[in-house]
Amino acid sequence: MTSQQVLSRTGRRLDDLRAQGRAALVGYLPVGFPDVDGSIAAATAMVEAGVDVVELGVPYSDPVMDGLVIQGAVEHALAGGVRVRDTFRAVEAVAATGAPVLVMTYWNPVVRHGVDAFARDLAAAGGAGLITPDLIPDEAGEWIAASDTHGLDRVFLVAPSSTPQRLGLTARASRGFVYAASTMGVTGTRATVGADAARLVRDTRAAGAEHVCVGLGVSTGEQAAEVAAYADGVIVGSAFVRALAEAEDLEAGLDALRRVVGELAAGVRSVTR
Amino acid sequence: MTQQSAEQPTTLAGDRQGPPEPELGPVATLAGSGPYFGDFGGRFVPEALIEALDELDTEYAKAKADPTFGEELAHLHRTYTGRPSIVTEVPRFAEHCGGVRVLLKREDLNHTGSHKINNVLGQALLTRRLGKRRVIAETGAGQHGVATATAAALFDLECVIYMGEEDTRRQALNVARMRLLGAEVVPVTTGSRTLKDAINEALRDWVTNVRTTNYVFGTVGGPHPFPAMVRDLQRIIGVEARAQVLELTGRLPDAVTACVGGGSNAIGIFHAFLDDPSVRLLGLEAGGDGVDTGRHAATITGGAPGVLHGARSFLLQDEDGQTVESHSISAGLDYPGVGPEHAWLASIGRAEYRPVTDAEAMEAFRLLCRTEGIIPAIESAHALAGTMRLGREMAENGQGDGIILVNLSGRGDKDVETAARYFDLLDEGAQ
Ligand SMILES: Cc1ncc(COP(=O)(O)O)c(C=O)c1O
Repeated sequence: MTSQQVLSRTGRRLDDLRAQGRAALVGYLPVGFPDVDGSIAAATAMVEAGVDVVELGVPYSDPVMDGLVIQGAVEHALAGGVRVRDTFRAVEAVAATGAPVLVMTYWNPVVRHGVDAFARDLAAAGGAGLITPDLIPDEAGEWIAASDTHGLDRVFLVAPSSTPQRLGLTARASRGFVYAASTMGVTGTRATVGADAARLVRDTRAAGAEHVCVGLGVSTGEQAAEVAAYADGVIVGSAFVRALAEAEDLEAGLDALRRVVGELAAGVRSVTR
Repeated sequence: MTQQSAEQPTTLAGDRQGPPEPELGPVATLAGSGPYFGDFGGRFVPEALIEALDELDTEYAKAKADPTFGEELAHLHRTYTGRPSIVTEVPRFAEHCGGVRVLLKREDLNHTGSHKINNVLGQALLTRRLGKRRVIAETGAGQHGVATATAAALFDLECVIYMGEEDTRRQALNVARMRLLGAEVVPVTTGSRTLKDAINEALRDWVTNVRTTNYVFGTVGGPHPFPAMVRDLQRIIGVEARAQVLELTGRLPDAVTACVGGGSNAIGIFHAFLDDPSVRLLGLEAGGDGVDTGRHAATITGGAPGVLHGARSFLLQDEDGQTVESHSISAGLDYPGVGPEHAWLASIGRAEYRPVTDAEAMEAFRLLCRTEGIIPAIESAHALAGTMRLGREMAENGQGDGIILVNLSGRGDKDVETAARYFDLLDEGAQ
């Protein structure tokens, strides 16, 4: 199968929302935080409260693209004994909501599982594809082949420092959407979303990307509305993780999570495109 | 082969007034300039770093071709580092090595006390060429941090060193040294709070500040171009030593030994001998409590292929690909990864890698102190312990007149406290 022949589940959802005149809210949570069942409940609550596309993170010992909030949650998950195979169980449970479920993972857990085997297991669990923060298309030959075989989306990242040539390369290699990092930096909430982001989305589209979603630093409804005006999706992670992390127990965490998701979903929906 | 000459790794500091370069044979040619060493190497990093890595790669290629760069570095090495470092024959120590001849390449006599300065001065010159004013680095034992802080003082650069909180405690004096030199030392409190987490934090800083900042990586690991670039900058060790051994003994050594953490001192001394098939290359990894106990840092012996800190190589990992914490009495070898060129040299059989336990290393440490009046770094003591074993094996195999060249990568000043505790040398009141 060539990439043209694989129907992108995430891309289709973004097209549907575009037809409705709005951008998507993409929500990230790590598997195993506070525990595996808790993370499934949280991701499900996130969808019920207005998230359109789910990103489930595979906890990893060396998360170089993550700031303190997500590092803390992931360390907690690993200390609690979460395993890579729990990802597939969580994907299956959350996919039952009907939302496309992407898995966000650093590359070594996939290498260790076997690239093709990971793709096979993810597809069998009903997952939509992978987001790979430390895998660039130049190194992704095996994953490109496996994702074609198993019909999965592959989301690569672009950054404000990416050259036009690299934007083109990344746009061609991606399926589903291209993840535009709003600023130079790691995940975390920020007071403002970088001014670089709008330019980067424009340039990535010009380089051939069908869909571009923006992540890093978005935590308020106002920021979500600002980004929804120019991007196909608004990616939120740390703000959701923090809602869970700061709560006394899971129930309170789910309540807090629904509130934050509600605020961001309202922000995204306040803008028509 | 002729069109490969542009790929030729140059001895950046040694080729002017330095010792003669060995011929570039087929193995050194294959080793090349990255990004891949066989199946190993590459760039497994966030896209945000690619522009900076490309910029570094391009600037480094320009510097290699620019005689001024080589001259500046050679001048610094002569007038600041103290190169060429000498070779010392150690006959009393050699009595414990089956009676073979043992020669030490004295990187311990370099300014700042180890081979790390060779790399750092080259990267500081590159930082200036890039027009950047801020450098960051990771450090475990503190030797690379001290070397980087030293170069930053010399070149008037802002300098931030990331160091695992655990290591800032183990190596408190080196923290003070870095601060004396004007560097900011940031204790890293995430993960296992050791070298691998310091690298993670330095990478996070770099992703954020890449436009103003150069990452001075301390070993032959990480994403391309670091493994090839740091190798080239350390290659002077072997080029000098090869000529020195030839002059002293009239022939090549039978074996070259070095400790392997990330692998920079080992590749530095191995590289000039890659195409001398009669010379065995032996890397000694930190065996900690013993590889079978699981408490060790012997990455090639006890690890498996995977991706960590930007390169595909061997690493210590669990079934899920999570990095496993390493253990070693030597902070400088206490790292769960290894440079990709070593993974490749192991895979093609050109170099061998063996573990040395903490106890064996400390025995060799004590022995060199007592027999030769040289206090080695505990890292380097791993190479000495491997040499003792290899020498005895050679003697048993009728090679009792053999010659082993050992890279004495650093001196033991930083390890006096560890050694004093290990050998119980402190008076009650001093403890
Ligand atoms: C004296 C000495 N030798 C060896 C090492 C290990 O590094 P590498 O394997 O890169 O030479 C260190 C690192 O701190 C060191 O200080």
